[in-house]
Amino acid sequence: MKRQGPLALCFLFGIALIFTQFSPHSVSQKLYEEVIDWGLIITPFALVLAVVTLIETHITRVRRRTEHWQYSLVVFVGMAVMVLIGIPFGPQNSIVEWLYNNVQVPMDATMFSLLAFFIASAAYRAFRARTFEATLLLVTAMIVMIGNVPVGDLAWNTVLSWIPLEDGASKARQWILDIPNLASRRGIILGVSLGVISQSIRIILGIERSYLGGGD
Amino acid sequence: MKKIIKCLMVYLVLCMSISIAFSQGLSPPSNVTAVDTPNDDGRSVTIQWDAAPEDSGISGYQILRRIAGGGLEEIGEMLPAGTTSYVDATIEKGNAYAYIVRAVSDTGATVDSEETAPVKGTGEWFHTGKIPLFVAMLLFSAAILWNIYDARSGKEVFVRRIPGLEAVDEAIGRATEMGRSILYVLGLGGVDNVATIASMTILGQIARRTADYETPLRVPCNDPIVLNVIREMVRTSYLDEGRPDAYNEENIFFLTDSQFAYAAGVDGMMVREKPAAVFLQGQFYAESLLMAETGNSIGAIQIAGTDSEHQLPFFIAACDYTLIGEELYAATAYLSKDPMFLGSLRGQDWGKVVIFAAIVLGVILELSGVGWITSFLQRVR
Repeated sequence: MKRQGPLALCFLFGIALIFTQFSPHSVSQKLYEEVIDWGLIITPFALVLAVVTLIETHITRVRRRTEHWQYSLVVFVGMAVMVLIGIPFGPQNSIVEWLYNNVQVPMDATMFSLLAFFIASAAYRAFRARTFEATLLLVTAMIVMIGNVPVGDLAWNTVLSWIPLEDGASKARQWILDIPNLASRRGIILGVSLGVISQSIRIILGIERSYLGGGD
Repeated sequence: MKKIIKCLMVYLVLCMSISIAFSQGLSPPSNVTAVDTPNDDGRSVTIQWDAAPEDSGISGYQILRRIAGGGLEEIGEMLPAGTTSYVDATIEKGNAYAYIVRAVSDTGATVDSEETAPVKGTGEWFHTGKIPLFVAMLLFSAAILWNIYDARSGKEVFVRRIPGLEAVDEAIGRATEMGRSILYVLGLGGVDNVATIASMTILGQIARRTADYETPLRVPCNDPIVLNVIREMVRTSYLDEGRPDAYNEENIFFLTDSQFAYAAGVDGMMVREKPAAVFLQGQFYAESLLMAETGNSIGAIQIAGTDSEHQLPFFIAACDYTLIGEELYAATAYLSKDPMFLGSLRGQDWGKVVIFAAIVLGVILELSGVGWITSFLQRVR
């Protein structure tokens, strides 16, 4: 019964929610919105447990004096400040907003900026022309990169002016993006969509039970 | 004589004025109908009328509405001259509404159409425009179910070799031999995300193996519900393998729900703990390369898998193996060899064959100048 109950609920709600996608009636749309709301209600309860595990993890780090344990103290200070100001005064409080805009946002932006360097190092590895496929990738990437910058078309129109095609660099780039790139992406999307449907059927029928915490 | 000329001139001016006034006169909008909008929840009415000639002098239309027994009220903004329909989505269910379309000229002159018959909004239980989609869904589901049934009867199902999944044992073995941990990252998806559920299932299979080898399995989470589900799931995997003592709940923990803070936390773990194997399975966004490149820099064997097609190139460039799109969903069947999962995989392939055949047929027909299959597919919403 421990498993049958959730499986039966999953089956009923799965079928009902599929039905709501084909039924515009207000009753079915209300049902859909209601179920989504229930999902939102569960999150705060789970969040409490998540915060407890976060505190436990960092207490353990401090207690065991693991490497860089001092950073765990920073977690506690940050958490305490946000909770002590945020809970009584709300998220619109000027101090909470200031902390968010001047601490979290710049740190997020810093991490995001690192992406540029990571892309450069990953591209360097991927584009080393050791095999035929890697060479093809390198040539394609060069065309797309040259087509992306205005100087690409300028160079094309100046150096390759004898070719009867104006702005060839950006046109070649656009062709690569619109034809081979889009075709392969759509192939992946089609496969993913079928995979999602298949996985959903397995979940609704109770074949796939990992979301219940495993076991039979 | 002068009086006669004056009278004639006044007469001519009057005649000309009257003729100009008649030529500028507005005709009322014709054939105005109001019907309940099909395939909606019953909260809208569609009003339609014939297009006016270009020289009609109409500069716009105003829709007026009357609730049965009440007065007329203007609804919505002034509509441009070429408009021939309007959807009134502000009606209340149960009330009957009658409509008038008022034509407005540049000079502000107006003329009203005849009032339509009162109409009530009714919600439909089934969206008739989605019948082809519904039929396709039924057929595809039937194909999967039939294949699951067929696979259960003992028929062998062939699954092509997937290098990324073949390497799972190699990665776990490597971590075990090196005495280091395995880091499993589920991405940013919640428990309602199908890719996350697929990733959780793969985690369950990996946990069975790490339970046997007593290899530490570290799982930082960014979603509280996912955290609770996978704690229970990994614990069950260890129990099933008869190694409940090897399960350490502290290894599955909540990091943060902020995207880049999560990436920073995972990167920090990689650099400090130097796991021998890193699994990046689930739904990823811009943080994918931040984690994959860090994993690459510490020399970990990395197996990635995602259905986010924009992140696939990053994983392919930075990881040793990548499960591309649907391979993520095939992983459970591949690792568990469960006939029911394998059967559903074959059902998926049937779907792909049908789609591929439709594409080939569509291309041939389009090249032959026959466009019905394209227009049919364009109508499906």
